[in-house]
Amino acid sequence: MAAPNDRPRPVLQTALVDAGFAGLVTFGLSFPLLAYRTEQDMQNQLVVEPRWSLSLVAVVAIFCARLLAGLIQDWRARALAIPGALVAVYGGRLALVADPATGAGVACVGLALLAIAFPLDARLRHAPAQVARSEAPDRGGLFAIGGLVALFLFPFIMLAWLGPAGSLKWINNFGVQILIYVMLGWGLNIVVGLAGLLDLGYVAFYAVGAYSYALLSTTFGLSFWICLPLAGLLAAFWGVILGFPVLRLRGDYLAIVTMAFGEIIRIVLINWTDFSNGYAGISSIPRVTFFGVPFTANDDGFATLFGLEFTPIHRTIFLYFLILCLALLTNAVTLRLRRLPIGRAWEALREDEIACRSLGVNTVNTKLTAFALGAMFGGFAGAFFAVRQNFVSPESFTFIESATILAIVVLGGMGSQIGVALAAVAMIGGTEILRELDFLKQIFGESFDPAQYRMLIFGLAMVVMMIWKPRGLISSRAPSIFLKHKRSVAGSMVREGHG
Amino acid sequence: MSRWLSDPLLTVEGLTMRFGGLTAVSDFHMSVGRGEITALIGPNGAGKTTVFNCITGFYKPTQGRLALARDGAVSGADLDALTRSGRRFDRADRLFLLERMADHEIAARARVARTFQNIRLFTGMTVLENLIVAQHNALMRASGMTLFGLLNTSGYQRAEGEAVARAVRWLERINLIERADDPAGSLPYGDQRRLEIARAMCVDPVLLCLDEPAAGLNPRESAQLTELLRSIRDDDGVSVLLIEHDMSVVMQVSDHVVVLDYGRKIADGAPQAVREDPKVIAAYLGVDDEAEVIEAESEIARMAGETP
Repeated sequence: MAAPNDRPRPVLQTALVDAGFAGLVTFGLSFPLLAYRTEQDMQNQLVVEPRWSLSLVAVVAIFCARLLAGLIQDWRARALAIPGALVAVYGGRLALVADPATGAGVACVGLALLAIAFPLDARLRHAPAQVARSEAPDRGGLFAIGGLVALFLFPFIMLAWLGPAGSLKWINNFGVQILIYVMLGWGLNIVVGLAGLLDLGYVAFYAVGAYSYALLSTTFGLSFWICLPLAGLLAAFWGVILGFPVLRLRGDYLAIVTMAFGEIIRIVLINWTDFSNGYAGISSIPRVTFFGVPFTANDDGFATLFGLEFTPIHRTIFLYFLILCLALLTNAVTLRLRRLPIGRAWEALREDEIACRSLGVNTVNTKLTAFALGAMFGGFAGAFFAVRQNFVSPESFTFIESATILAIVVLGGMGSQIGVALAAVAMIGGTEILRELDFLKQIFGESFDPAQYRMLIFGLAMVVMMIWKPRGLISSRAPSIFLKHKRSVAGSMVREGHG
Repeated sequence: MSRWLSDPLLTVEGLTMRFGGLTAVSDFHMSVGRGEITALIGPNGAGKTTVFNCITGFYKPTQGRLALARDGAVSGADLDALTRSGRRFDRADRLFLLERMADHEIAARARVARTFQNIRLFTGMTVLENLIVAQHNALMRASGMTLFGLLNTSGYQRAEGEAVARAVRWLERINLIERADDPAGSLPYGDQRRLEIARAMCVDPVLLCLDEPAAGLNPRESAQLTELLRSIRDDDGVSVLLIEHDMSVVMQVSDHVVVLDYGRKIADGAPQAVREDPKVIAAYLGVDDEAEVIEAESEIARMAGETP
């Protein structure tokens, strides 16, 4: 791999010197960390095991990465070159150790990526700088319709591709699971993203919704479709209950009280055994039915009614569409509310509460409606959770859930609907995809389980986000009304609320 | 008889504001004439902004009565009856006791709008959105507390159209129509000041309270501001109460000037009379020459002797 001839020498020279220096630093650092390892031998004595090859691998890897970064300056070309190099190295190792033919093929793909990266870099670097604020053509609408069609077709594509058994995991673990968090993220986005009220106890409303359905259906035998609005109403009621005491609180104090509220709900559910059955939870909650038709193999079941062969995937697909519709309802209501006086008042409240009051905006009502509506969607999601699991226990509503939902909202970019959805896909889908990365075992050995590195990867991702995009994936704000041109407001202008 | 005495819009009586041991304003009386521009002036720390915050409900006064007669003069008997009743406003919505009302209620119900010394625009919202938020209560009613708005009824659409039209009228008046879709935070300082006034006017007030509207403006912008204030008084018929340090603006636009020093009123009258008042010269404009200090002090002593 040599640099193209037309590249001026100083670039190569600088890159080489830089890479050499990085390699030296890596060597210095890896010497104590990687090159030797102390182990106990048979006699229980410490022996030093030399691992020079590991150290060498680290030095070579850092040298190559640094050299590539030095030679390729455009980030888009880098994004192509670095995976290319990784694939090439992986292919090389595979060719040497296990399977020469496949390995050589993989290595060629990697090299091809590298080969594309260099001319791409040269072209992009000489391309004129992008206009800072272009009046983008209306591709948003087309994108949204395409996305919707893809979402509605997803279970059928999966079913056709992998069959009822193989597709269950994808529709359930990826589709349904991600959509629950998308919905929760959108619900919390009303409170945190629009109204700027930092809520660390959102899971409480999820729990209220879940237990509402669980208790109402098991005690009174009410159907899911009656319980769903009731669960939303009860959660909204608890949102108002939480809202009243925290009306005067801001920032850290608000976060602490909402967090405490989340814990109170959970601890009450644990300790009030007569009501909620404590740790044991509530089991055998009625499963979801197709508007009264159960998903069973019986004669009056869904499969028989529609003349299909019975498989459990029908229920999962119905659950997928149910949560998809609920999430889309959340989105539609939020988008509509943003254009109504109440939504503008939420955003104004996030920007400046004092100014709001000077304009006659009743901030008490505005905050309470934000809490109530956010909680209501959390309650809907909770009812869905209960009907999907047909078992609820306080274990499902720990603080880490609140933190995950808040992380989704913050990572997505506060107030941005599409950003929140993307962040939910990345965070929840990312967790699931880690379980699928079996090929990594070929590199790191059989005992390697990528799912165990979940928290480490999220921590790193958070740090990278804070440096690269501190305002989240989509930080710009779309105006709720415009006169002539719809121009998005840069994230740096938008305030994040007082808490 | 002066307008502010014969037909007062706002009457402040015995206003006292204490913060712990500190008395920021003590036994302050003033009135704002209907359809007039009243200036409240005084040195830094005199308590002007405290008076403002009491009028607009951001502070609850320790003592005092702030009566707003919105639609015309009311008799003293009516005022006393309302004061004794413990209600915040009378049944006909003509008379309001501001000291009993919450800040947003004063803006929404008594229709007193204000601006701030440090500009408080919604910087992340566009210029147009700022003016629409100011019409929150009218739009909220039109949207049937959001219900009709969710259904997007024609009544709500009409109301929103009217709100936009009102915003556009104001943007044309303050020459910001070209910037309507830009974030308010991206405007230059002088434009932000004018936008904040326009936003307060979109509340549809009877009294507009401006806290140092000319602060940080260049002479040309100050002249534009003077024009705007006159037009608000004459064309919109809105009474204006302003705190201002820029004496040229005060003297040009005010019909009535009230001077505050150390929380007490030291002068009250027409601009000309106030300008020549030696107490004001001593307290507000300051005296730097030794001889002038003595002269001013003797003058004050003489005046204090005359008026108990």
